[in-house]
Amino acid sequence: MTINEIQERIIKEFSLFDDWTDKYKHIIKLGSKLEALPEKDHKDENLVKGCQSQVWLTADLDGDKIVFAADSDAAITKGLVALMIRVYSGQTPDDILAHNPDFLKQIGLAEHLSPTRANGLASMVKQMKIYAMAFKSKLVS
Amino acid sequence: MKTAQIDTYSTINWKTIRNQFPVLQQEVNGKPLVYLDNGASSQMPQPVIDRLNAYHSNEHANVHRGIHSLSQKATDAYEATREKVKDFINAGSLEEVIFTTGTTDSINLVAHSYGRTYLKEGDEIIVSQMEHHANIVPWQMIAEQTGAVLKVIPMDENGNLMMDAFHAILSEKTAIVAIIHVSNALGTINPVEEIIEAAHAKNAVVLIDGAQSVPHTKVDVQALDADFYTFSAHKMCGPTGFGILYGKKELLNKIPPYRGGGDMIDKVTFEKTTYNDLPHKFEAGTPPIAAGIGLGAAIDFLNEIGMDNIAHREAELLEYATKKLSAIEGLRIVGQANQKASVISFLLDGIHPTDAGTIMDKEGIAVRTGHHCAQPVMDYYNIPGTLRASISFYNNEDDIDRLAEAIIYTKEFFV
Repeated sequence: MTINEIQERIIKEFSLFDDWTDKYKHIIKLGSKLEALPEKDHKDENLVKGCQSQVWLTADLDGDKIVFAADSDAAITKGLVALMIRVYSGQTPDDILAHNPDFLKQIGLAEHLSPTRANGLASMVKQMKIYAMAFKSKLVS
Repeated sequence: MKTAQIDTYSTINWKTIRNQFPVLQQEVNGKPLVYLDNGASSQMPQPVIDRLNAYHSNEHANVHRGIHSLSQKATDAYEATREKVKDFINAGSLEEVIFTTGTTDSINLVAHSYGRTYLKEGDEIIVSQMEHHANIVPWQMIAEQTGAVLKVIPMDENGNLMMDAFHAILSEKTAIVAIIHVSNALGTINPVEEIIEAAHAKNAVVLIDGAQSVPHTKVDVQALDADFYTFSAHKMCGPTGFGILYGKKELLNKIPPYRGGGDMIDKVTFEKTTYNDLPHKFEAGTPPIAAGIGLGAAIDFLNEIGMDNIAHREAELLEYATKKLSAIEGLRIVGQANQKASVISFLLDGIHPTDAGTIMDKEGIAVRTGHHCAQPVMDYYNIPGTLRASISFYNNEDDIDRLAEAIIYTKEFFV
């Protein structure tokens, strides 16, 4: 699926929730279903800066696509990172770099995208884009 | 100006006082706001807001400069705050009240100005395990520059400073002792009288970080015999961007200015500049004039209620909240010192503080989450952070009940 197709699916999925309680419960569920990050990857080098809770993020290249993995010690944060992984993992660096995660506004999570928000979703997205940029130059060389 | 006494307590209408804080009369996420983040910043009552408005509308001009009437008016209003602060903390003279931009600025001033002048290699600076970063980092910076060494007073599991350890660390090598009066992270009220007396016996100079004490209790800097005492306007119902450094006159006279610029000079030539007298020597550049005048109004407001009454009310609310929160299963209060101010740091079993804080915000409850700029405290307990409810005199039992309900709701949310 392309990034846009995944994004549309997420928007549809979130349109089912009419209050924040259900929406947050769903986010927490997404986090709980996130594939476990190997213990060895829970190290300081993988920590995303700017999150009040801890977020570990790793990225590997599989062919020309990036595979992200992550974990967090906070449930809501973990759900948000799971959501971003669903969107970006398995995509090419170019597609990731070109994408604007504005759909978060459409599902009512815009508040989390603010760079000043302590949960650090903006930092995660930035870190994913940095990985995309690094892998892009690696693929070119 | 110690106006209200403890026997006026029963006559105070706390509801009327609360109603003077317009910010509290709003809904957040569809629920009436319960503001319990007073440790980060208190709110401003209407008289302070009105005073700021009046200044901006009718009195604004630069201070200490003009011969013109408006400038004189602004200067008079601004300098009136110095008089009010002097009386509020019982400083010996106006020269001992230095205006800064806040506690952080005040501590940096002392660390750099006093530290660079008097610290030498091997001298020791004593801080405690529960300091705010603002009372750690400036000392680390100055220690690095001078070769001085930082020593730390440990604390016990309840958040009490281990005073035996302090007396053991204290020595002839101790040059400075810098201690937080009331811990912002734990609420501990530290025995600063004992610390100051012991430090003076070793000829060490003592700075007390009073950011969390001045807003909540009567502080008498002369009775304490503190050498330096620092606090911020925005934690005592005043505006942000303004703070105080109290310093003993003989010490302030001995140390050089921290920043150069306007207002702090006597005579400037390219060969040599001579400095202005106290307190202006330390006040370079145009200050936050409105904020300074606002602090004056905040002090009037607090004096009208009486600091003893405020301390009494907050102790009452702390007791109510401690009882209420202790009854919640799976809630652990972090910091149960023998002497506590109205701060409750807590954790919920199995729930990350930021998760809990997010859900509580949805319920209209404003609490702080995280390390509260006191990472060494969190490291001590081996926790990522806490939730912190910091209570002010304008909170009430209903706020505490709402907090408790939101905590129970949050617990159920994550089941």
